[in-house]
Amino acid sequence: MARTTPTPPDSPTIDAVGLAERVARFKARSLKAASKVSALKLALSMIDLTTLEGRDTPGKVRQLCRKAVRPDPADPSLPHVAAVCVYPTLVRVAKDALSGTKVRVASVATAFPSGQADLAPRLDEIRYAVAEGADEIDMVISRGKFLCGDHAAVFDEIAACKDACGEAHLKVILETGELHTYDNVRRASDLAMEAGADFIKTSTGKVSPAATPEVTLVMLQAIQDFHARTGRMVGMKPAGGIRDAKTAVTFLVMLRETLGPAWLTPEWFRFGASTLTNDILMQLTKQRTGHYQSARDYTND
Amino acid sequence: MSTRIPVLKTYKLYIGGQFPRTESGRAIALEGRGGRHVANYCRASRKDLRNAVVAARKAQSGWAGKTAYLRGQILYRTAEMLEGRAAQFAEELRLQGDSASGARKEVDAAIELLIHYAGWTDKYTQVFGTVNPVASPHFNFSVPEPTGVIGVVAPESPGLLGLVAGVAPLLAGGNACVVLASATHPLSAVTFAEVLNDSDLPGGVVNILTGLRQEILPTMATHKDIDGIAAYGTNAAEQTLIAENAALNVKRVALHPADALDGDPFRIMEFQEIKTTWHPVAIR
Amino acid sequence: MAAKKKTRPPEKTVPAAPPGNDFRLGEPYAPAPEATDHARIAPAYGLFINGAFVSAASGKRFPTVNPATEATLSEVSEAGPGDVDKAIAAARKAFGPWNRLKASERGKYLFRIARLLQERAREFAVIESMDGGKPIRESRDFDVPQAAAHFFYHGGWADKLAYAFPGRKIAPVGVAGQIIPWNFPLLMAAWKIAPALACGNTVVLKPAESTPLTALKLAELLADAGLPPGVVNIITGAGDTGAALVNHPGIDKIAFTGSTEVGKQIQRAVAATGKRHTLELGGKAAHIIFDDAPVDQAVEGIINGIFFNQGHVCCAGSRLLVQEGVAETIVAKLRRRMENLVLGDPLDKNTDIGAIHSRAQLERIEALVRAGVEEGACIHQSGQTLPAKGYWFRPTIFTETAQSHRINREEIFGPVLSVMTFRTPDEAIEKANNTPYGLSGGVWTDKGAKIFGVTGALRAGVLWANTFNKFDPASPFGGYKESGLGREGGLHGLAAYVNLSR
Repeated sequence: MARTTPTPPDSPTIDAVGLAERVARFKARSLKAASKVSALKLALSMIDLTTLEGRDTPGKVRQLCRKAVRPDPADPSLPHVAAVCVYPTLVRVAKDALSGTKVRVASVATAFPSGQADLAPRLDEIRYAVAEGADEIDMVISRGKFLCGDHAAVFDEIAACKDACGEAHLKVILETGELHTYDNVRRASDLAMEAGADFIKTSTGKVSPAATPEVTLVMLQAIQDFHARTGRMVGMKPAGGIRDAKTAVTFLVMLRETLGPAWLTPEWFRFGASTLTNDILMQLTKQRTGHYQSARDYTND
Repeated sequence: MSTRIPVLKTYKLYIGGQFPRTESGRAIALEGRGGRHVANYCRASRKDLRNAVVAARKAQSGWAGKTAYLRGQILYRTAEMLEGRAAQFAEELRLQGDSASGARKEVDAAIELLIHYAGWTDKYTQVFGTVNPVASPHFNFSVPEPTGVIGVVAPESPGLLGLVAGVAPLLAGGNACVVLASATHPLSAVTFAEVLNDSDLPGGVVNILTGLRQEILPTMATHKDIDGIAAYGTNAAEQTLIAENAALNVKRVALHPADALDGDPFRIMEFQEIKTTWHPVAIR
Repeated sequence: MAAKKKTRPPEKTVPAAPPGNDFRLGEPYAPAPEATDHARIAPAYGLFINGAFVSAASGKRFPTVNPATEATLSEVSEAGPGDVDKAIAAARKAFGPWNRLKASERGKYLFRIARLLQERAREFAVIESMDGGKPIRESRDFDVPQAAAHFFYHGGWADKLAYAFPGRKIAPVGVAGQIIPWNFPLLMAAWKIAPALACGNTVVLKPAESTPLTALKLAELLADAGLPPGVVNIITGAGDTGAALVNHPGIDKIAFTGSTEVGKQIQRAVAATGKRHTLELGGKAAHIIFDDAPVDQAVEGIINGIFFNQGHVCCAGSRLLVQEGVAETIVAKLRRRMENLVLGDPLDKNTDIGAIHSRAQLERIEALVRAGVEEGACIHQSGQTLPAKGYWFRPTIFTETAQSHRINREEIFGPVLSVMTFRTPDEAIEKANNTPYGLSGGVWTDKGAKIFGVTGALRAGVLWANTFNKFDPASPFGGYKESGLGREGGLHGLAAYVNLSR
């Protein structure tokens, strides 16, 4: 593919202290009653239920898929999660297990999680996952190239990945924990969107810190600016480190007040998470019954 | 052999680095011992004051913007100039009625005071500035900055030392000033202006008017482009005039007895504003 | 003590979803009111003189009103000249023993007051929001903790004053008369009382007539702390009471926070009396945004700069100066952000914009906004629904404004921002300084040299670079020019409460 020069406008800088202050304001929002219940249900419907481990097996993935479709056996009225996210070799298993449902299958690819491979096999991996039935591809960018200043190479690899995806949606993982500065996160977000990302995503889940509210807010603001400039909506996926319902609600508050209600659907926002699901279920049950819940009562698939 | 007729000096005002006559064209005759005519000096008008304030305002930010080191150098140079002309100043004080020995002591004290303040220029910010440990991730510091244009009412006596004691701390602190000189010792003030003018002090930083206090002071007190007034040896009525009218534009006012002439960094701080600046601290 | 108000119903059952409380639709946040049952407000308060509440000699009282509901919260006494006399006499009597008390012991009283305030923080926050209309988020997270911090900070100074004034002997000034405004009632009381006491002075404090409650609650707390009678006296009343205090020959110092107009009257009144005075007056701060600013944080800084406490802030960033290259972006983002501000019940935890302090203040804001429109500025207001009762004003931004507009000259003291553009840093500095005020200012740029260059050139006492509206007990606060005399807080604030000699 021809090497292109990225042309996004200069990314604005980020002041970390002001950013943290803004996040603190979001955290201080208090959701009560019906407002809270609707937010929790929405959060549930936005989860990319994820298993990305060396020990993953078809059996594990099939169990996860059942959880995805019906998160709480005690309350069939709850929505299903948005997607199941697995390695490429398990896409077929997930696809079969989810057939007939609206739960999508996402696959990580491009030498996840490090991205340290030549571009050609990384693109092949995308094509393989798509061929196996993946609806969505979660790629990783080359952080090494980004950090040594070769932003053009990162732009080009994202554009190539988008090409390789065909009909599948492309989520671009920035691995913000390795980019370290908010200025880098903002710059990488702008590059990714300019290069064709359908979603931008914080993290692989393998590096800490992962999806902090601060880093997520930087990315949401990048999306807002990109939308204002181009008219194209881009989705957002914080992934890793979001373990409880209260945190998830903070993210939704941030989403609502930054990008607006149009983004408040699984089409435009996802949580990459595994343990979050049960905490949301516990909170929903608490809202329904008035009793605080025990984790023992919730399935840990 | 014929007697040489001395060339007499015309005493004028000092405004904006120039020595103009008063725009009013008026003069006052100064009488020495026994009512002997010593010299004429200018009776400055309210318009002269206005012009002096304009000159001071124009010069102030440039003076404040010079490095503290350079302000110190210039103040030190005024001391050097004064030292070189000590005999002239002593003689002039004597002409205005002071004793010969007192006059020489006064000149020496004025020189010492200038050196004292020359040394303060690059230190008072360290002594009176602070870094403030606020309970948030911010770097926060406070520094003194000059108030701006200050009106100075010099004491009637001592004629030279009183003027220097009023002006030097203001100069050390980066202010510009408009001085109403002593009416009993106006000649020393005008001659001191020559010293200032010879010391690389930018024109307009110090402006010196001679004249009548009752004529100039009400205008000085009510002038809204004067940021503060330092008055030495004023009476109760004059103090009330200054303090009440200060409310017109929230002037800073310092009222001192005529003999409060010691070198003192708190004198610098009377016409300093504390500026506090905040900035976030982060590495991400 | 009358028990106050009801608590919200316990969350035992699923509330039927009222329309508009779906997080995704309409108003995202259901009501989240702070509990008020623990906040005790007496039906009436006397004057706190010599350690006890006493009636005004005239027996006169006036109501204090909740601006969000227009309901009367309590009645307070109107101090007349005789009462002022009594309070000053009590302070004078207490001065000697208080001043002779070992400095470290004085400090311990202040520490004790700080702790008591921390313990009762929520009660004070609730009452502050009820009496003044400010959002509970602010009274809870800012006013009350800052007030406690001020007492704690100054408690530590009491026995260390020798280190603050090198080469000088230090003596207290004597009896300080202190007059405070309605915008930060408890915090201003703390700003005044804490340094005065730390330096060995005694105090007669007059809170604003419209927000007396937290000062009176503080009086109760001072008594709980065992502070000797007469060391702090708190008298309520309006301008006449304040004038009686200012003009009383028995005070040695006056400390005033309020409008420049009244500040000038006070400066005139104390002229040549020998009374020391410090004034913290109005402002019309320039908030400068350069095109290399961290844009999103700047937008947040602008929002906080003007909408904090409904804009009832003397240091509010009310004149926004935006470099032309980013002006469109900044204004678009501000307008978006304004829509997300939650306006309403000050006691709701989600409220960003509370009630305008009083009907009179509301009328003043409305008049100036009308003037802005008439003078041709372009008005943008957010679309929040205003509650039926109480005093409210929507967040408002004016664009296309000029220096000559009244909205750029006069202190509005409300949630109204005017935007001007500039091209070069010199132009920004010139416009920023083109005002008789000089309290505060803000600068946003990513370039370090420009930060120091511009903040250095601005003639104002508090400058926020890449932040705005930050306060701390250790940080001196106060103005240049007609914004005041003297500083409060930090080492420099102590100077207002000591007499120095060689």
